Amino acid sequence: MSDPVIKVEDLSKKYIISHQRERYTALRDVMTNKARSLGRKILSPFASRSASASSTEEFWALKDVSFEVKQGDRVGIIGRNGAGKSTLLKILSRITEPTTGRIELEGRVASLLEVGTGFHPELTGRENIFLNGAILGMTRVEIKKKFDEIVDFAEIEKFLDTPVKRYSSGMYVRLAFAVAAHLEPEILIVDEVLAVGDAHFQKKCLGKMEEVGKEGRTVLFVSHNMGVIQQLCHHGILLDKGKVIVSGTVSESIQAYEHATLHSFSSEELQPGIIYSNKSHDTSRFDVVEIGTIDQEGRPLSKVSTFEDFAFKILFYSPAIQRNGSVALFIRSLSGTVILRLASRPDSCFDFDFEQGVNAILCHVKKIPLAAGTYVIGFGLAVPMREWLLLEKELCSFTIESRDIHKSGFPPLQEHAVSVVDYQWSRLSNSRA
Amino acid sequence: MANSNRIVIEAGRTELHYWKDIWRYRELFYFLSWRDILVRYKQTAVGIAWALLRPFLTMVVFTVIFGKLGNFPSEGVPYPILVFAAMLPWQFFANSLSEASNSLLGNANLISKIYFPRLIIPASSVITSFVDFLISSAILVALMIWYQFAPGWRVLMLPIFVGIAFAASMGIGLWLTALNVKYRDFRYIVPFIVQFGLYISPVGFSSSVVPGKWRLLYSLNPMVGVIDGFRWTILGSESSIYMPGFVISMCIVATFFVTGIVYFRRTEKTFADII
Repeated sequence: MSDPVIKVEDLSKKYIISHQRERYTALRDVMTNKARSLGRKILSPFASRSASASSTEEFWALKDVSFEVKQGDRVGIIGRNGAGKSTLLKILSRITEPTTGRIELEGRVASLLEVGTGFHPELTGRENIFLNGAILGMTRVEIKKKFDEIVDFAEIEKFLDTPVKRYSSGMYVRLAFAVAAHLEPEILIVDEVLAVGDAHFQKKCLGKMEEVGKEGRTVLFVSHNMGVIQQLCHHGILLDKGKVIVSGTVSESIQAYEHATLHSFSSEELQPGIIYSNKSHDTSRFDVVEIGTIDQEGRPLSKVSTFEDFAFKILFYSPAIQRNGSVALFIRSLSGTVILRLASRPDSCFDFDFEQGVNAILCHVKKIPLAAGTYVIGFGLAVPMREWLLLEKELCSFTIESRDIHKSGFPPLQEHAVSVVDYQWSRLSNSRA
Repeated sequence: MANSNRIVIEAGRTELHYWKDIWRYRELFYFLSWRDILVRYKQTAVGIAWALLRPFLTMVVFTVIFGKLGNFPSEGVPYPILVFAAMLPWQFFANSLSEASNSLLGNANLISKIYFPRLIIPASSVITSFVDFLISSAILVALMIWYQFAPGWRVLMLPIFVGIAFAASMGIGLWLTALNVKYRDFRYIVPFIVQFGLYISPVGFSSSVVPGKWRLLYSLNPMVGVIDGFRWTILGSESSIYMPGFVISMCIVATFFVTGIVYFRRTEKTFADII
């Protein structure tokens, strides 16, 4: 049980990015290049060869990645776009070879990098089940045994003999996932396939994957949805720029991921009461100059606590006069959900004409209903109901300090619940009667 | 038990599992060919009859042009049978080349998303063409009945020559497949090879019309040996095999077959990256 089933040692993968315009190599180009370099060699035999190499560039998608996965572990692989997640999965599923390093896998591997790979639109549902099963590595006997289960799971009995090109996209995805979910490998590798289908089916898929893990099989799962990762996995690996940053429990890695996301905003020290400052704002377009918090007397407010009365002070640049513009602030949780939207139009019916140059505006907030913790601020300028002039979904972080508003000794914290209201309990007398 | 399924992934290490994997994925040969055949004749009015119609019409044209108008020698057998005995291996070879060379590009989504030995894809295109070959052999049987022509004992040797035709299709097919992934020029070269090959191979005429001093050179075309072999087994005592030429053809087939596999295997690792 404690032996690792996946052992990755110093894995690296290099891609050569060529800056040439052609999309694929044509024989003609190879021949002309060869001829040209031969010509150069004859003309100047001692020149260095580096001149022709300048149009390509090396790119390490993975660099010295090492980790181990034990049998029955459900591991979530997280990281921003371009962190190397997909490359790692491709190497693990043997689609492409590593440049250096070594992987040991114990047991049959099935990978699901895309739903419905190998489906042929002209074939019927029934035919595609067999074809897809074979491509994924099942034998005919296995597929026959599981056939009814697959059809049942996909809920497509009626359309079994219809070509899949006539399927709705939902049916297509359901069938494809159903085939893959009934593979019985020791190691299952899954990439973001749950982003498809309706909510009901997604839940079913999640349930199936949880079941797979409980049967003692190992699951590697890549997703951008932290909620799903948290629910499904108990181990997490955080990748960034091709390197393993954290390998530990799933909550450790998710925290590290969120932390890294926040710190990518700005590392420079800000003055008290300022939460975002952009000293070199653009003057050719709409841009944010500064966002700060002030108290009711107009003094900078360095700490905002739960239920505080305060105002956001926003300075932004407008390259031209804009009548009836709208200013909007978004407060998001770290997982990206918008919790509050503070918009001058249409929500607050506040008319505001942007002047050319730096504009200043205040947004007064009463009793901010957020629990203590870190949030992400987004900012937008718009012509209401028409277009965005500027939209920064994730501009800076914003911290709410704790305050014991219920006088209970337990100030509301973000871990428990994001938002806070004033409330009371009371007993309804004679409630039993 | 765990050890039997242990997989080690390292740069340049795939060789070890390769042939084992081909065996493990053996059913995929069947399924991919089955898919290609099913798909090919879906939404067509005459369906599988196309596999009969195409070679039959070509045979009629060749019989008229070479047999009737050109008065080429027929080695003592009805001219349609002479043509068709060559048409069978030639069609098999030509279809294999065109299908195999496009097979990887046509299955690009599979290659970039799922692992399996890539050799299976062009190989199953060859198998698909082989099914067409079997179907169109029915025409030959029908012709033999029509002309009341009975083949001799040599027809028992036919499987050997079918095997050689298979090796030739596979070897040259693999070369073209691998080259086509990297150099898309081959998309235009293959139809040319197929069209040109039909005239420089002894399909419409017997290879005995080629002057003796050129025959050795002529045998450099690997299909010459295969076609001569087919005629030798099917047409009976009237036709003969030109031995030195046959040996050369066979050597060339063997060379293509072995180097085709080696070259394919060597470039295969990069398919997913460049396709």
